[in-house]
Amino acid sequence: MRRRPNYLAGVGSTVWLFVVGLPLYVMLAATLRTRSDYAENGPVSVPDAFTLDNYFGAFDANFGQYFLNTIAVTVAVVALVLVLVPPLSFAIVRSRSKVTSLVFRLFLLGLAIPAQAVIVPMFYLISEAGLYDNLLGVILPTAAFCLPMSALILSGAMRDISPELFEAMAVDGATPRRMFFQLVVPLSRGGLSTITVFSALQAWNGFLFPLVLTQSDSTKVITLGLYNFQTEHGIDIPGLLGAVMLSMIPVLLVYLFARRALVQGLMGVGGK
Amino acid sequence: MTTQITSTPPTARFRKEASRWPAGSHAADVGRPSFGWALPAALFFTLFAIVPLVMVAVLSFMSWNGLGSPQFVGMDNWSRLVDDPVMLKSIWTTLLLTALGILIQTPLSIVLGAWAAGHQRNRAVLSAVYFVPLLLSATAVSVLWRALLDPNFGIPADAHWLFGDGNLFGKQATAIGVLAFVSTWQFTPFHTLIYQGAARAIPQVLYQAAEIDGAGRYRQFFHITLPQLRNSMITSMILMTVGGLTTFETVLILTQGGPGTDTTISAYYMYEKAFKGFDFGTGSAIALTLVVASTVISLIVVRVSGYDKMRSSMEGVA
Repeated sequence: MRRRPNYLAGVGSTVWLFVVGLPLYVMLAATLRTRSDYAENGPVSVPDAFTLDNYFGAFDANFGQYFLNTIAVTVAVVALVLVLVPPLSFAIVRSRSKVTSLVFRLFLLGLAIPAQAVIVPMFYLISEAGLYDNLLGVILPTAAFCLPMSALILSGAMRDISPELFEAMAVDGATPRRMFFQLVVPLSRGGLSTITVFSALQAWNGFLFPLVLTQSDSTKVITLGLYNFQTEHGIDIPGLLGAVMLSMIPVLLVYLFARRALVQGLMGVGGK
Repeated sequence: MTTQITSTPPTARFRKEASRWPAGSHAADVGRPSFGWALPAALFFTLFAIVPLVMVAVLSFMSWNGLGSPQFVGMDNWSRLVDDPVMLKSIWTTLLLTALGILIQTPLSIVLGAWAAGHQRNRAVLSAVYFVPLLLSATAVSVLWRALLDPNFGIPADAHWLFGDGNLFGKQATAIGVLAFVSTWQFTPFHTLIYQGAARAIPQVLYQAAEIDGAGRYRQFFHITLPQLRNSMITSMILMTVGGLTTFETVLILTQGGPGTDTTISAYYMYEKAFKGFDFGTGSAIALTLVVASTVISLIVVRVSGYDKMRSSMEGVA
């Protein structure tokens, strides 16, 4: 209905496009040029030679291992979230028990707990459990901290299932178990993909738990690899940015395929 | 698919359903899951989030160096923190950075969000690019900007007219400026998205009516869009506050709390105390102040954003 073009907003949004896009371009360009080219001609110049060495360099710095570790953590976290959250959300939406209502409140409260707040006792617990410097010790707390938001997103999606469908199944004598697998899970596929993407992103980008709960190279994840690469090779900026770029590629691929689920899920956080 | 978790669920249809069966009748509970369905997740969450939360409170009254067993020391950690100038300074720095974030990002993301909610043809492409920083880990973002702003090899070395001597990390004002800029760069897209969603939900009739009354675009923005975004503004600002309180990687990677202790925010100070100074008791005390601050704020979120309305309109939950 707004027919006249909004020039001011158009200019503003273009300016912001540059603020967001330019650093991303500089990074991409820097990763494709030699270190000497970058040092001599500066970050904003056009590359005069093309090379993939910066990416290979990251692999020489053990990034292959970090990748595998991060994939293991991400897959395990997503699996835990997908096993724990759907039954929880089903109960939140359909159960009439007072206990469920208490559990729901617990998760609402859980939204408020930042990882920094529990990192000291987490270090204590994980060490006591003998899981220090073990990927499992990273997976468990990371998954736990994905639960509150995933539960909110998924129960929001399950609420949209029409009660008439549940009634019809109840008339047919269906158990909760059958309703869950034949009705709830198929009809909340959208919500399930949102929480999958959401928790995968959390696990992939996680930093604090791995920083505090792991130590050796064999358990390092990619964010820690980046952090260490920076402290050790801080001057090799194209190499460093090559490592940053590598750490993002899987996420960008997921974004290309699951953009809608991700944007919708994050929009839901703000609500009306 | 709707994942607007804060939107009010259709209460009416639940009431209709509930009235079909008298309260307490068995028929109403046929096929309903018992609380057992919620238990695995609840137990897991209790073990890995609630138990540590309780423990952080206990540890704040103990002395522990990471080895051996913690010793009870009463208020020692707390009384030392109250007298610690770095702690006080870190609280101010945290608040300053949080306030800067809110003041810069709120107007920016409202304008961008309101614009992105419109029907411009290039909107989809632009929003796709805007979104990218949100996908990157705080680590990647911080490493990227650390490299781009490097005094010797980064953009400042090329643009002395803009950056002076180029050492942005060496002075308090510019170091704080860099931190505020980097979190703006990373999180403005998220808040833009919140406002975009909310702006789309504004009934078009309001604009049509305003148009008939002869209100121009800017009048419409200030008299319709902005008031209608009020709830989102509150939600978004609260999320910014919680995010500001818990910023960590950005400081660790970009400034290491420096120069001196000029950018040592509380979360970073907690990390330094606990995991570099092996004073886990004091670290816990700092962590507990963070918990209290972010819980208070989140209770406000729950109140204001309608998360609690969602609970009260849940069927069957009195």
